[in-house]
Amino acid sequence: MSESKLDLLQGTLDLMVLQTLAALGPLHGYGIARRIEQVSGNAVLLNQGTIYASLVRLQQRGWISAEWGTSSNNRKAKFYSLTKKGRKQLSEDTAYWQRLSGVMGRVLSMQDEGETK
Amino acid sequence: MIDWMRQSLHRFLSFFHKPQLDQELDAEMAAHLEFAIEENLQHGMSPDEARRQALVGFGGTEQAKEHHREARSLPVLEILSQDLRYTSRTLRRDRAFALISILILALGIGANIAVFSVVNTLLLRPLPFPDSQQLTWFAGSHGQGPLSGITYNVGSYEEFRRHNQSFQEVTTFQPFWGSSEYNMTGHGEPQHVQAVMVADNFFRTLAVQPALGRIFLPTECVKGAVPTVLMTHAFWQQQFSSDPAIVGQSITLDNKAATVVGVLPSSFDFPSVFWPGLRADIFIPAVMDDIRDWGNTLVILGRLKPGVSLAQAQAEANVLLPQLKAAHPEWFMEYTADMTSLKDYVSGKLRRSLIVLWCAVGLILLIVCVNLSDLLLARLASRNKEFAVRNALGASRGRLIRQLLTESLALSCAGALLGVGLAYAVTYYLAHQGSIVLPLLSSVRVDGTALAWTLAITLVVGVLFGIAPGLILSGANVQENLKDAGRGLSEGRKHDVMRSALVVSEVALSLVLLVGAGLLMRSFLRILDVELGFQPSHAAASTINYDDGNDGAKRGVILQEILRQVIALPGIEAAGVADMLPLDRNRSWGLLNPSRSYAKDENLSAIVRIVTPGYLDAMGIRLTAGRDFSWQDAANTEGVVIINETGARRHWPGKSPIGRLARGMGKDPDRVVGVVADVRISSLETSPGSEMYLLATEASPEGSELVVRSKLPPDVLTPMVMSTLRKLNPAQPATVFRPVQTLVDHSVSPRRFFVMLVSIFAGLGLILAALGIYGVISYSVTRQTQEIGIRMALGATAGHVLLGVLSKTLRLAMLGIGLGAIASFAVARWISSLLFRTEPADPATFGIMIFLLIAVACAAGFFPARRASGIDPMVALRND
Repeated sequence: MSESKLDLLQGTLDLMVLQTLAALGPLHGYGIARRIEQVSGNAVLLNQGTIYASLVRLQQRGWISAEWGTSSNNRKAKFYSLTKKGRKQLSEDTAYWQRLSGVMGRVLSMQDEGETK
Repeated sequence: MIDWMRQSLHRFLSFFHKPQLDQELDAEMAAHLEFAIEENLQHGMSPDEARRQALVGFGGTEQAKEHHREARSLPVLEILSQDLRYTSRTLRRDRAFALISILILALGIGANIAVFSVVNTLLLRPLPFPDSQQLTWFAGSHGQGPLSGITYNVGSYEEFRRHNQSFQEVTTFQPFWGSSEYNMTGHGEPQHVQAVMVADNFFRTLAVQPALGRIFLPTECVKGAVPTVLMTHAFWQQQFSSDPAIVGQSITLDNKAATVVGVLPSSFDFPSVFWPGLRADIFIPAVMDDIRDWGNTLVILGRLKPGVSLAQAQAEANVLLPQLKAAHPEWFMEYTADMTSLKDYVSGKLRRSLIVLWCAVGLILLIVCVNLSDLLLARLASRNKEFAVRNALGASRGRLIRQLLTESLALSCAGALLGVGLAYAVTYYLAHQGSIVLPLLSSVRVDGTALAWTLAITLVVGVLFGIAPGLILSGANVQENLKDAGRGLSEGRKHDVMRSALVVSEVALSLVLLVGAGLLMRSFLRILDVELGFQPSHAAASTINYDDGNDGAKRGVILQEILRQVIALPGIEAAGVADMLPLDRNRSWGLLNPSRSYAKDENLSAIVRIVTPGYLDAMGIRLTAGRDFSWQDAANTEGVVIINETGARRHWPGKSPIGRLARGMGKDPDRVVGVVADVRISSLETSPGSEMYLLATEASPEGSELVVRSKLPPDVLTPMVMSTLRKLNPAQPATVFRPVQTLVDHSVSPRRFFVMLVSIFAGLGLILAALGIYGVISYSVTRQTQEIGIRMALGATAGHVLLGVLSKTLRLAMLGIGLGAIASFAVARWISSLLFRTEPADPATFGIMIFLLIAVACAAGFFPARRASGIDPMVALRND
């Protein structure tokens, strides 16, 4: 039980990472984490450290690639960027999530109506 | 799917790059914190606050690292590597234990791989021809009797080939080894070359492609064609240094030129399939018109059409052959064909022996498992505290059992590695030796299948001998052991019962092996005792070469001169020539008493040898009545014959055949001048039928073997006789005298091979059983030190204690022997078809083996017993 919940969370974080990289281009781990926090309006309580498990997973699947580089303030950091395969995966996952959230929204709002009446 | 595999691969690989990946992650996380601190500072926090907030935002660093590791790698592997590291530490600490176990395992597993490789090559693997299951062997006369009986004449081969519907190809070769010998000149010293006469479609039927050049054309296999030859790969390498230009050139065979049309591939080993232990150098086309009148000279083999079964082909032959005979009244016998797959023909006779061998080696592996179980149990007893501590520190029982299994598997893997090396050595030896005459042996090797088998038995063995300690551990109260010094009575007893059961089964298994080996050994000795009919010691034979133009009188002159000069040499006691030697080659003609009537279908065949005067003396064949041939017989018009005792009894029952007339098939009658002892013809195990000897001037010999009786060793004999022969015939090829004993040795070599292996396994089993008994008794003495001390303090003498321990040993041994004897009876019955003049329940064998086992058990129990009797009660009681 707890495993499937974890899977869902993992999947969510993975998708967020992919989308962030798609939107902003190559980015280091801290940048990705900060960006997700900012965009979600700090609504996601993210332990920034967990991003690295997600990054290595995506990398092993070949969806993102990593390279050591230098940041704008001259610090060495590992920069991640989306691969072609990752881009394809992102569009598939995005479509899936949008369909799912649409369906979920409709189902949940139907239940709401049932209760108010 | 691909992504998933890719990820698994990465996870697997990253397990091996752990330090590097950890380092990289550390660097990455450090950079992360630096970024965060910098941003916080920009927002106006104090340096301390900035750092604190950065760490809070990041979450636990160790947790993040752990997540990262879990995500990138395989936790199972991590645990395994921990267990393995721990295993290697404990085994290093207990080096003697590790070495002994690995050695025992290596012997057990190595023997299994080697035997499996032999079984796989001879029994399991298909023959080395494409679609070899279609290849079919035809045996005439139901496969009984000498080679002449199971072969066919040219007419029956040609007619069957033409009219059958079941076969894509029907082909033949001439199986009388030595009948196509040539003297090759023009390439260094004259060389004896063994040729095989094959039909035009022989290689096509076997689907053998030449390595160089081409195979025979049909036009090369007819009367009057230019002579052609194909060479074996080995002959091409040795004689022509692998010169590819040889194709198209001609070589000189018996002073005639023959064109080399091709070289066969090295994978094609004709003798190993059809002529175990013999040699084939070249192939020549069988010109059917030349051998049409030679009688039965051909074997038939065919390649079935796809979808046609052996039974269908057999049914067709059963109808077709009598029809063909009816159309050909000139054939002098009814031909039948018992069809088997070629594979069955080659190795079918060995199946039972090989399976017995396989079982024996399996038993050894079982004994090895029992032995190691026992060793591990002994070790477990001394490791109780270690496990208790680990348990107390949080290792679950499952984890401890897993640790034990990891240890046993690590041991079995190490043993298997060593065993594979051992098996490689053994199979290399088997493939390259020349004294064991078994088919396909030259292609025995440890191949992929054998390695897969190794892996399987390694895992099974590892789990099997690791399971007993695991069981003990899983039933034990591990915590108790922390308090207890290992003297816990109930615990110890359970331990003892388990170990005793293991030793009893070990003794039982090794008795089965010992009895099996004993029965086979006794059979082998009985075979060596068989009356051969000739005296192989001090006799040596060599092929000689002469040109007689196929004229009997001329042959007589040449042979008489050769023998006169050879006998005149110093140290030569007797000399004679025969066309074939016993246990080597054979052929049969007919023999009958013309003044007797016979049943219509009575088998009148008799083995025929065409010999010179003096051959009987040289071979040491005993004359029981009459006389040997003399050169004067050649001058007389009346033919002479010498027959064996079986022939005399059969055709002249109750009377002396000396001076009477005997008739061969379709020839003038010969006068019987002598009767000699029966000579074993094809094997020591089958008694010969009728045999006859004809004078070399009166019949056509098939080759010529000079036999000399001399106490000189072959390396003195060879140059001396060879120079005499060269003087008489400069083209005499270089050959070496081989002791006649080698014929006997070759003939019994398959059985010697099996007996030797089974005996080695039995010996190994005995040693392991002794080790097992020693271990158990020794351990129980150690455990009972105090008890023995008390008993001695109360007045028991050293002798009492010694006897007590010895009787405990004997009780265990007798229990094992009882169980083993029952199993041995069953096994003996099962192998009874492999025994020769030995009863399966042979009391001597059972008695000796049981006595041997008891003696070994007593010896193994004696050392701990002596130690027990030497215990000083004061020391024992003060101890602990």
